[in-house]
Amino acid sequence: MSTTATIKTKKEMNLWPLALFIGGGIIIALGATGSINKYIQTVIMFIGINVILSASLNVVNGYMGEFSCGHGGFMLVGAYVSSILSVLLFTNSKWLGHPILPPSTAVFLFPVIIIIGGLVAAVAGLLVAIPSFKTRDDYLAIITIAANFIFVSLVNNLEFVGGSRGFMGMKGTVFAMEDVFKAPYMLFWTLTFCSLAVFLIKRLMRSTFGKGISAIRYDEISAEIMSVNTNHMKLVAFMFSSGLAGIAGGLFAHVMGFINPASFSIMKSTEALVMVYLGGMGSLSGSVLSAIIFTILLEAMRPLQILKWVLIPLMLILLMQFRPEGLMGNKELTDKFPRLKRFFTRSSM
Amino acid sequence: MSFLKIDSLTHRFGGLTAVSDLNYELEEGGIYGLIGPNGAGKTTVFNLVSGFYNPSEGKIQYRGEELNGLPPHDIAARQIGRTFQNIRLWSEMTVLDNIKISQHYQLGYGLPGVIFKTKKYRDRERKIEAKAMELLEEFNLTDLACEYPKNLSYGVQRRVEIARALSLGPKLLMLDEPAAGLSTSDVVELIDYIRWVHENFKITIWMIEHQMQVIMTLCDRIKVIDFGKEIADGLPDEIRNNPQVIKAYLGDGEI
Amino acid sequence: MFTTVLQNLFNALQWGSFYSMIALGYCLVYGVLRLINFAHGDIFMMACYFAFFIATFFLSIFLGLPGPVIFVITLFLTIMVTAGLGVFIERVAYRPLRKKGAHRLYVVITALMLGFILENGNLAVLGASSRRFPDMIDKVIISFGGVNLTNLKIIVILSSIVVFFILNLIVNKTKIGMAMRAISYDKFAIPLMGIPVNKVITFTFALGSGLAAVAGILFGMSYPVLDPYMGMIIGWKAFIAAVVGGIGDIKGAFLGGFILGFIEIIVVAFFPSSYKDLIAFVILLLILTIKPTGFFGVAKSTKI
Repeated sequence: MSTTATIKTKKEMNLWPLALFIGGGIIIALGATGSINKYIQTVIMFIGINVILSASLNVVNGYMGEFSCGHGGFMLVGAYVSSILSVLLFTNSKWLGHPILPPSTAVFLFPVIIIIGGLVAAVAGLLVAIPSFKTRDDYLAIITIAANFIFVSLVNNLEFVGGSRGFMGMKGTVFAMEDVFKAPYMLFWTLTFCSLAVFLIKRLMRSTFGKGISAIRYDEISAEIMSVNTNHMKLVAFMFSSGLAGIAGGLFAHVMGFINPASFSIMKSTEALVMVYLGGMGSLSGSVLSAIIFTILLEAMRPLQILKWVLIPLMLILLMQFRPEGLMGNKELTDKFPRLKRFFTRSSM
Repeated sequence: MSFLKIDSLTHRFGGLTAVSDLNYELEEGGIYGLIGPNGAGKTTVFNLVSGFYNPSEGKIQYRGEELNGLPPHDIAARQIGRTFQNIRLWSEMTVLDNIKISQHYQLGYGLPGVIFKTKKYRDRERKIEAKAMELLEEFNLTDLACEYPKNLSYGVQRRVEIARALSLGPKLLMLDEPAAGLSTSDVVELIDYIRWVHENFKITIWMIEHQMQVIMTLCDRIKVIDFGKEIADGLPDEIRNNPQVIKAYLGDGEI
Repeated sequence: MFTTVLQNLFNALQWGSFYSMIALGYCLVYGVLRLINFAHGDIFMMACYFAFFIATFFLSIFLGLPGPVIFVITLFLTIMVTAGLGVFIERVAYRPLRKKGAHRLYVVITALMLGFILENGNLAVLGASSRRFPDMIDKVIISFGGVNLTNLKIIVILSSIVVFFILNLIVNKTKIGMAMRAISYDKFAIPLMGIPVNKVITFTFALGSGLAAVAGILFGMSYPVLDPYMGMIIGWKAFIAAVVGGIGDIKGAFLGGFILGFIEIIVVAFFPSSYKDLIAFVILLLILTIKPTGFFGVAKSTKI
C-alpha cells in the first residue's frame, strides 16, 4: 500500500508480452526445423489470430463496457484489403494481372500490407464509433450487428472480388516469400502481430489516457464531467479495436489462402464474443487464455460439424447463467496468483 | 467582469419549465449557496452550468467566456469541478486512478504517444502521478490510494469525490448536496473540511445543500429558488428571516 | 406502367404484412421486458417447420378432408406449439437471468445464442435438404386490369390487419394488456400491486410467438421452400421494421413493417435484388444513428 506501492507499480515492467515473444520464438524455431507438423502449426496460427481478436474486442466489450458484436465485419475489411493488395502487388492472377512489384519484395512488404488492412479496418470502425456517441447498450449492439451484415452483403455484391464465391491467391504471396528464403513466415508474422497486439493493448489500458476508456464503463456521465472527452475515447477504442481485428483478418486470409464473405459473418463475431466473455470482461490475460482454450476446443469439436454450432452458443448461454464474469472476471492472472507477479515482472527498484 | 454570470437562464423539459429566467452572479473567492425545496430545479442549474444540459434560453458566462453549447468535458477543462448528489465515483477503479483520470484534459498526448511511449507521454504520466499523490497526501487519503471506492465508507467516498473534483484544478467547485446521507457529527466535520478546501485551494465554492447548518455557517451569499424561479437572494441572516423563503419551505398554512 | 406499379404495391403490402406480424412480436416483448428477443426470427422459422410437419401429417392421414379445414387445424396447432416454444425459451433462458438480476447485456447475448441454437440445432437434426411446404389451399388467381393477385396474397394482407386489431384490443382493452403496459413502466412496483409478473410475461411470450406462428404458416404457404436459416434474415428485417416504427410501440411496429416492405420494393425497382438486404441494414444504421427512437417512439432521459 501507500506511496511506495503505487510508485513501484509504475516502475515495474510487465513481462507478459516478452514471455509470449520468447515462447513464440521457440515455436517458430520448431516450425522452421520441421519439428512440429503443419497441422499443429496451423492451430498455433489460429490461436495467434484468435488472441488478437479476443484481446481487441475486449477493449470495447470489456474495458469500455460497450457491447460490440460485429467484430467479424472489421476482420473482413482487413482481410479483403490486405488480400487484394497482396495479390495485386506480388502475384500473378487472373483478376489483377501481373505483379506490380517484384514478388521477392513481399518479404519486407508483407507486414506493411497487413498493417494497411488494419488501418482501413480502423477507418471502417467509424461506422460504429460515430453512432456510439449517442447510442448505448442493446441499440449499439444492433448497430454493430448491422455493420457486420453491411460489410458481408457489400462484399457479396462486389463482383470484382469474387462476390459470394470468395477471393483467393494469397498463397502466391506466401510462396513468393518462401522462394526468397525458406521459413515459416505466417507462423512468424501471426505470433509477432499477436504479441504486438497484446503488448499495445496492455500499454494503452495502463496509461491515464486509456483509463479514460475504463472510466466510460464505470460511469460515462462522471467521465465526461471530469474532463474525459468520451466521444474521443470511444472513437479511439472502436478504431483501435477494429484496426486490430483488421490485422487479424489479414493474417487469417494469408493463413487460409482463401476467403469469402461468409467466413466473416455474425458467426465469426460470435466466436470472438465467446472468447471475450469466457475470459472475462476487462481481463487481458483472460482473453489470451480463453483464445487458446477456445481454439483448441474448436479444433477438438471439428468432427461434430454443425453440432459444434449448437454447443458453442450453449456454452455461452451457460456461461451467462452461471459465471457471467468469465474465467478471470476483470482480474489479471497476476492478481489471482501473486507469485506469478514476481515471475513475470521485474522491478527496477 | 464577474467570475460566473448567468443571464436569464431558462430550461424546459418538454412542457415542464425546470428553470425559468434565472439570473446569477458569482464573484471569485466566495462561498455561495443555492437552496430551495425538493424539485426546485437546483440540480438542473448545476447540470446546465456543467454542460450536461443545453439551456433552452439564456447565457452562462465563466471568466468572460460563454459556456453555452460546450460539451461537459470542455467545460471541465475550463476548470469547473463538481460533485454529485449520489456519489458517482468510478467505483471499481482505484482511488488513485479516480484522481488521475480527472486530469485527462491536461494529458497533451494521444494514442500515438501511448503506442510509441514518447518522452512527452512519460513526462506527463509522471507529473500526473506526482500531482495525484500530492493531492491524496493533502487529503489524508494516501493510505487508500490502491483501494476501490466501493469498499470505502460513505463519508470517505464523499471526500474522495471532492478530491477527484479538485484534481481537475478547478477555479470553481460545485458541490451538489455534499452533506446528503451524512450523520450529524460527519456534518460538523464536513463544514470544517469545506472551509479548509476553500482556503487551501483558493477557489470559489458553489453548493446546493439542504442542511441549513452547512449553508448558514459557510455561505457568504445565498440564493433561494422554487419552481425554477428565484424567490430570494441575500446574506444568510436575510434569508433566514425572509417570509417568502419560510413560506416556500413550510407551506402557506398557519403553524 | 400503372399496372406494374399496382402489382408492386401488392407485393410490398404482402412483404410488409410478414414483417409487421413478426415485428409485433419483437415489439410486445420489448415493450414489456425491455429485452430484444433476438431469437424471435428463429421462432418464426420454427413455426414454419411446425406448420410443415403438422400440415403434412394431416394431409396424409385425412385424405378426404378439404384443404381449408386442414389449414384451420394447422393454424391452430402451430400457434399452440410455437407459443409453447416461446414460453419454454422464456422459462429456461430468460427467467433465471431475470431472477438473478443479471445485466441486460447478458440477456441479449443469451437471446442471440438461442437463435443460433435453434438454427443449427434444426440443421443438425433435420439435415441440410430443404423441404417443400405442402399446398393446403388451392391457388386462385384473381386478375383485374392486368394485375394478378393470388387469393393467398389477399389472405396474408388481411390476416396481418386482423392480427393487428386483435392485438391492439388485447393490449389496450383487456386487464392483462393493462398489466403488460404497467410492467413496462415500472418493473419494481408492479409485483407490489399484486400483479403476477411472471404470468404476464409468459402470456406476452405466448402472444408474440403466436403471432410469429401466424406469419410462419402464411409464409410457408406463399414461399414453400423451407430452410433453417430463413428466420435469420426475415427476423432481422422485421426487427428493423420495429426499430423504424420505434420499438415498443405496436402501432409503430405495424406501420414500420409496411414501410420496410415498400422501401424494399422501391430498391428492387432500381437496383439488383441482391442489394435489398444491404439497403435495409443501411437504413437501420441511419435511423439508429440519427433518431434512435424511431418514428413513433419516445426518448428516455438519463437523470443525474
